[in-house]
Amino acid sequence: MKFAIVVYGAPYSHQASRSGYLFTRAVLDMGHEVHRVFFYHDGVYNASKLAVPPQDEADMQADWSALGATHNLDLVVCIASALRRGMLDSTEAARYDKSADSIADEFSISGLGQLIDTTLEADKVVTFGV
Amino acid sequence: MSQILFVMSRSPRSINAQEGFDALLMGSAFATCSVVFLGAGLFQLVNGQDAEPLGGKNFSHGFGALKDYGVTEIYCNKRELVRADLAIEDLSVSLELLDDGEINALFHNHPMILPF
Repeated sequence: MKFAIVVYGAPYSHQASRSGYLFTRAVLDMGHEVHRVFFYHDGVYNASKLAVPPQDEADMQADWSALGATHNLDLVVCIASALRRGMLDSTEAARYDKSADSIADEFSISGLGQLIDTTLEADKVVTFGV
Repeated sequence: MSQILFVMSRSPRSINAQEGFDALLMGSAFATCSVVFLGAGLFQLVNGQDAEPLGGKNFSHGFGALKDYGVTEIYCNKRELVRADLAIEDLSVSLELLDDGEINALFHNHPMILPF
């Protein structure tokens, strides 16, 4: 089965982030396909490479990045949600003359059309955080 | 039957409501979309709101243009409308009132549901 995963919750403030990650890992382990993981609302914070959680706590960005690299996942951060929350890749940081970028390399930044596209492409859409 | 059902259940001042509205407009460009307003989401449609004193954006004016974007299936729960002491004339869009069973059927009949 082809899944689309939508994550609305930020790490460390909502269980949605961890649950979404564990669900995604589980369906991949079972041999299913994940068409895209789309991060919207506060879910964009999952892509932050600037977070430094304590060593004995989960590092959600690192976990998502590793899962994405292992399974060649399309991890997409909504550009509108990201920019208003201070989440920028290097291209957007340069465009808006900001001194730093914050989105890890395994994530890409794109528009809401990617959410609609994956909704139409997948057999099931599973959302975490609303 | 539309391809995607959008479910709006957050109060008008929630950023989730505003970003849900953005997603609905984007969705209407690519797919046949319908939308149901439930719970606090119903208040997104109330006429005469002014979000600016709270530092918000009056995005809900845009709901009046939904039909221009091809979103013609707009619903709310009749029981919730009555409980909120609202009438259909208080809302910024014309919509169809559904009872609880019809709301259940709406969810059951849509393969793709995006909640906001």
